[in-house]
Parts: sequence; structure tokens; C-alpha cells
Amino acid sequence: MKTTDLAYVALFAAIVAVLGLLPPVPAPGIPVPITAQTLGVMLAGSVLGARRGGAALLVFLAVVAVGLPVLSGGRGGLAVFVGPSAGFLYSWPVAAFVIGLLTQLFWRRYNLAWALVANLIGGVLVVYAIGIPFLSLFGDVPLTTAFTGSMAFVPGDLVKAVAASLVAVAVHKAYPVIDLPARRATAG
Amino acid sequence: MLSLYLPGTSPVHRAPAGLKLGVLAGLGIALFAVSRLEVVAGAFVLVLGAGVLGARLPRRALTSQLRPVWIWLVALFGFHLLVTGPLDGAVAVLRLLALVVAAAVVTATTRVTALVAVIERLASPLRIVGVRPARIGLVIAMTLRFIPLVADRAARIREAQAARGAERIRPFMVVPLLVQVLRMATTVGEALDARGADDAPSSRPRRAAAVRSGAPA
Repeated sequence: MKTTDLAYVALFAAIVAVLGLLPPVPAPGIPVPITAQTLGVMLAGSVLGARRGGAALLVFLAVVAVGLPVLSGGRGGLAVFVGPSAGFLYSWPVAAFVIGLLTQLFWRRYNLAWALVANLIGGVLVVYAIGIPFLSLFGDVPLTTAFTGSMAFVPGDLVKAVAASLVAVAVHKAYPVIDLPARRATAG
Repeated sequence: MLSLYLPGTSPVHRAPAGLKLGVLAGLGIALFAVSRLEVVAGAFVLVLGAGVLGARLPRRALTSQLRPVWIWLVALFGFHLLVTGPLDGAVAVLRLLALVVAAAVVTATTRVTALVAVIERLASPLRIVGVRPARIGLVIAMTLRFIPLVADRAARIREAQAARGAERIRPFMVVPLLVQVLRMATTVGEALDARGADDAPSSRPRRAAAVRSGAPA
């Protein structure tokens, strides 16, 4: 990775951290309040692509692990990596990587529809595919119980996938980072 | 900077960061391998003792980490009470309590810089796949610097939008913010390159020198 790539990685790790500082928003018709943090996961993958997006979330988790309270609700430190919902944390780098991979695949015809496909597969499907088995393992509950318990968060995640896709398409037009050759021209 | 580290001089504080992380990892594996009530309860009492008596941590250092887990633990115990019985429930809850408290103790007694050093050391095998461990420290340092910066830019854009009559945060408000901070990150990356941060053998240092000599004095 180039130094500029490292700066992008650090930037999105910071963005996910700042999104964690926002208070959860209660939404009508949705049982649990929406936190903004997974929005950052989707944006990291959509804007930076697979490798840098995944790296950004690994760096974010490292920053959480060394003791910064930047997870939503002011949580942080190593304790969050052993809690029952830790699997959702572990899923984030993978989710950002998958979103980035799909985004790069769709890059030439990138629009709202393709952005949605990438964010729903990577940002919702992958997150639950990793988070739910972990919840079942760490909490010692059957998979089905962990599954139904997690479903309360799905409506909020769908809202976030739409929001992230809208933003990603706009950034794709305004300041594309995935196709880098034009970088020098925009710096001045 | 905001951090969960609480300075102190206790033996727990002075123990090497690598050792503390090793013990934590070992505890995690052991408690899942042995699911007996007396072992799990003993481990919980032990880590609580290490935190409260050994490291003399204020109670708030531990309770603030336990508060978010609370609902999960109650739900977990309720589930076991209904399905497998109170004994299994107690084991599952105490195991998680022990692990969360142990992790909170390590976090509260270990400096951020010491933990970053451990991360760099753990990442050194990744050299084979092209990751330079020293750059991990650089990225983490940049992230810590970017957090207040991004928060500040976000607040400014929100004020600017509010001045134009927007009341709520909408997705499109995020776009100018992202473009601004991406541009800033590009500049930071190029500035680091110009100062020789890219230590890979390449023509970059020479080019940076050429730029400097070409600039007006």
C-alpha cells in the first residue's frame, strides 16, 4: 500500500469511530434504536474498495482493542471482544472487504442499484452470517434462538444500506478513490 | 486523548503488556474448555480480585464495561433457566462475566502505546505477505489524530447546513463531509511521502528532494 492508501485506511477507521460517538436513533416501527456504526462499515467498503476497506476496519478494531471507547455507547477495550455480540465486531472487516470486492466488480456501471446489492450482501448478509453463529457459541444458545433474537436489528440495517448506497454513489461521482490514476490532478 | 487506561503503579500495571494479553487469551480458551461451575466461579473471583485488590481500580472502571453486557447476560440466564436449567445458566453467565472483567482489567492497566507495540510485534509474521509492522503504528497514530478532526469537520458541516435551514441529518449532508476529509487524507499521504515516510526502495526520496530544491527559497 502507498502512504496515501494508509491515510485513507486511517481516515475511515476514524470515520467509523466518530459514527460510534453519535447517539443511537430510535426509529418508528423498528424495535431497536439504530446505531450509525455499521454505516461506516458499508462506506469504508464502498468508497475504498476491498483491501483498503477491510484494512480500515481492522485498524478500527485495533483502536478499540487498545482501549479507546469508540464503539457505540462508549464501549471499548478488550472486553467487547469476548462479549456475546463480539461476532458482529469480527464480521466488520470481512463485511467491508466483501462490499469493496463487489463495488470494484460493479465499478464501471456503478449506480444506486449495484451499490445496494453490494451493501446488502456485504453489509447485512455477511454481518449476520458471522455474528449469529458467534452469538450462539458465546452465549451457549441454539442457532435458531440467536437468529430470531438478531432479527430485531435487520430493519435498521436495511435503512442503513439504503443510506450508505446513496452516499456511496454520490462520492463515486464527486471523488472516486477506487480508480486512483487521476489522484494527482485533484490534489492541487 | 480519550482512553480507558487508568494510570497506576500496582504489580498488575507493571506486568508486561504481552504477558497480560497472553493470560487473557489463555483464560478465554480455558473457560470454554472447562465448563464447571466451581472453575468458572473461581476464575471470576480471581479476576475481580486482580482488578479491585491487585490493581486498585475504581469500581467504575469495571462497571462501565459491564453495563452494555448486562441485558445480554439477563437474557442468556433466562434462556438457560427455561431450557437447560439454572446450573448451565450460571456457568454461561459467570464465564462471560469473568472474561469481560479480565479484559477490562487489562485495558485499564495497560498503556495504549504498550498495546500498540504488542500489535506491531504480533503482526511481524505478516511481513511475509507484504505488511510492514512499523506502518501499523503509523496508521493507528493517524487514526487517533483523524478522530477529533473528522468530528470537528462533521460539526462544522452540520452548522453550515442548519444555517441554510436544514433541520435533520440527511444522507446527502455526509457527501460534502466525505469529499472534504478524503481530500485532506490525500494531502496527508502526499505530505508523508514527501518527508520520506514511504521507506520502500523507490525513486520517491529523490523526487521529494528535487521538489524541495526546485521550490523558491
